[in-house]
Amino acid sequence: MAEHIQILLKNIREKDYHRLEVYEKFGGYASVRKALEMDPLQIIEEVKTSGLRGRGGAGFPTGLKWSFVPRDSGKPVYLINNADESEPGTFKDRVLLERNPHLVIEGMLCAAWALQSNMSIIYIRGEYAYPYTVISAAIKECYQKGYLGENIFGSGFTHHMLVHRGAGAYICGEETALLESLEGKKGQPRLKPPFPAVEGLYGCPTVINNVETLSTIPWIVANGGAEYAKIGVDKSSGTKLVSASGHIKKPGVYEIEMGYPLLEFIENECGGIREGHSLKAVIPGGSSVNILTAEECKGVNLDYESCREHGTSLGCAGFMVLDDSVDMVEAVLNLAHFYAHESCGQCTPCREGGHWIEKVFARIARGEGLPGDMELIESVCAQIGGHTICAFGDTMVLPYLSILKKFAPEFRERIDAALKGLEVKRKMLNMEFDGAH
Amino acid sequence: MAKEISEKAEKRLAEIIEKYPEKRSAALPALYIVQEEHGMITEEGIKWVAERVGLSPVHVKELATFYTMFHEKPVGRYHIQVCRTLSCAICGCKGLSEYIVNRLGIKPGEVTEDGLWSFEEVECLGSCGTAPMVEINDTYFENLTPEKLGEIMDRIEKEKPDLSLSTINDKLGEGLKGHPRSEVYP
Ligand SMILES: Cc1cc2nc3c(=O)[nH]c(=O)nc-3n(C[C@H](O)[C@H](O)[C@H](O)COP(=O)(O)O)c2cc1C
Ligand code: FES
Repeated sequence: MAEHIQILLKNIREKDYHRLEVYEKFGGYASVRKALEMDPLQIIEEVKTSGLRGRGGAGFPTGLKWSFVPRDSGKPVYLINNADESEPGTFKDRVLLERNPHLVIEGMLCAAWALQSNMSIIYIRGEYAYPYTVISAAIKECYQKGYLGENIFGSGFTHHMLVHRGAGAYICGEETALLESLEGKKGQPRLKPPFPAVEGLYGCPTVINNVETLSTIPWIVANGGAEYAKIGVDKSSGTKLVSASGHIKKPGVYEIEMGYPLLEFIENECGGIREGHSLKAVIPGGSSVNILTAEECKGVNLDYESCREHGTSLGCAGFMVLDDSVDMVEAVLNLAHFYAHESCGQCTPCREGGHWIEKVFARIARGEGLPGDMELIESVCAQIGGHTICAFGDTMVLPYLSILKKFAPEFRERIDAALKGLEVKRKMLNMEFDGAH
Repeated sequence: MAKEISEKAEKRLAEIIEKYPEKRSAALPALYIVQEEHGMITEEGIKWVAERVGLSPVHVKELATFYTMFHEKPVGRYHIQVCRTLSCAICGCKGLSEYIVNRLGIKPGEVTEDGLWSFEEVECLGSCGTAPMVEINDTYFENLTPEKLGEIMDRIEKEKPDLSLSTINDKLGEGLKGHPRSEVYP
């Protein structure tokens, strides 16, 4: 593996790196000390200069988001660390929480000072029990050492931090659903505006950032925004954690410099496609983006712009690699089941449309598809995208439509087989048991 | 007989509520406590949560239904969740589900007669790089094959380890001796 700049995963292989003592031995908590001597607004400027964009999926410029927080509202400002990580194919935040919890906390403390927030909450998905215990223990260590609580590092600044467990709902990763959930309600997204920066948790100004975004802040504080902007390419500065899974020899979380060519990433980092098979498709950003065929992967670089130019999106870089053994009809049905199951049920097009689409994909897969089924799915998708409160509806149709279009012959073949009464062989994936839900 | 909430749990919830700016935010932790005390979300538990965090029982019941980690009917002492989403599916999770069905003779959503096991298929658990995988109570087991899962289940039947995260004691069970709680990456 080539040597790369490491900002987030640096040192994580050191023994007991999750312990405060060890983290400090490697220079940890120097950034907070520095931050606390800086003007909060200057930190926001540094983050703007760095070009850092949100790592939770939307890629919104972090410094800009922070600058929307009113500084004189008279209300408390809340900082939320979004650790709900539930996008299929994504497992990078978990690595930070388990192996580098003090970096996460340090990033939150720097952000809190910049935003003049006295309270932050880590919203972690309920299933992440082990990461929960690691980050909770790290927070406890900080309280014991006086790095959290009142007058931290003798600065006069007070900051409290707590970890809140979700309880199994993909949608709670959407920032306003997360806020609802934190307020003791069902996780159903709010209409925007007002944006959380102005009216968020309990109606107070609130900044919500992804774990990875916040973990980048200590480096920016230490080295300056301009240095960070030199890493990566153009409008995609810095490094990015990629969660690589599927048919590669070495799945795992990789920290890459933005702009890394996609196919080289598979070959050089992930060890290539497993023996005896060839690449069929890649879903680069987590399941909620357009799929790329093997052919289309040529020339794509792993950064926001390049992915967009090639008709997909880097999202949160949940990088799923599919080889030639994958039956695309089954693959899209698998995702359709996910989205139908995870819709929060608030908007009719998403709630009803999601189940309808799953049913149609399922009958195609079973070999009972009808002649107009592909067009039917397309028309239902058209009624979902753009017609819902949150981006769930807009993004769920992306994999459906792109898979249908790019692998149309596989769907047609299945439907034709059905018409001719041929038996369909279903060689992969698990659909039989799904009926029970 | 009406199910009660222990004093310890009562105290723990009071501590948790204390930490939040508004007490209704403690609704989910409170439901976790009920599940820990009663093995599932009970009517009595719902009333208790409602009273303590200042919400109506109907509202709390809705939460219990909305969030999939709360069980409104009993599950086994060991509840297996098999991830069925794409990365796990293309890496062979089907074999894990089939193994469980054959070994235990139950379908997703069912509990074995002795109450020891139950299982269901769930969506992506953030372990796609170590697929296929299962979560048993609150502990992840990754990079599985049906054989490996079989060995883990054998050991659980023999050792009866604590695989749960306790909200009341704020601590994850010791797990299987010698087995990591979660595996990590290259
Ligand atoms: C359906 C849906 C699910 C989302 N899930 C997550 C998630 O699990 N984690 C996350 O950080 N952001 C998630 N987001 C994005 C958040 O709404 C929000 O943009 C993000 O947390 C902001 O942080 P960032 O600017 O640092 O990326 C999701 C968005 C949508 C529409
Ligand atoms: S797809 Fe199974 S853990 Fe992500």
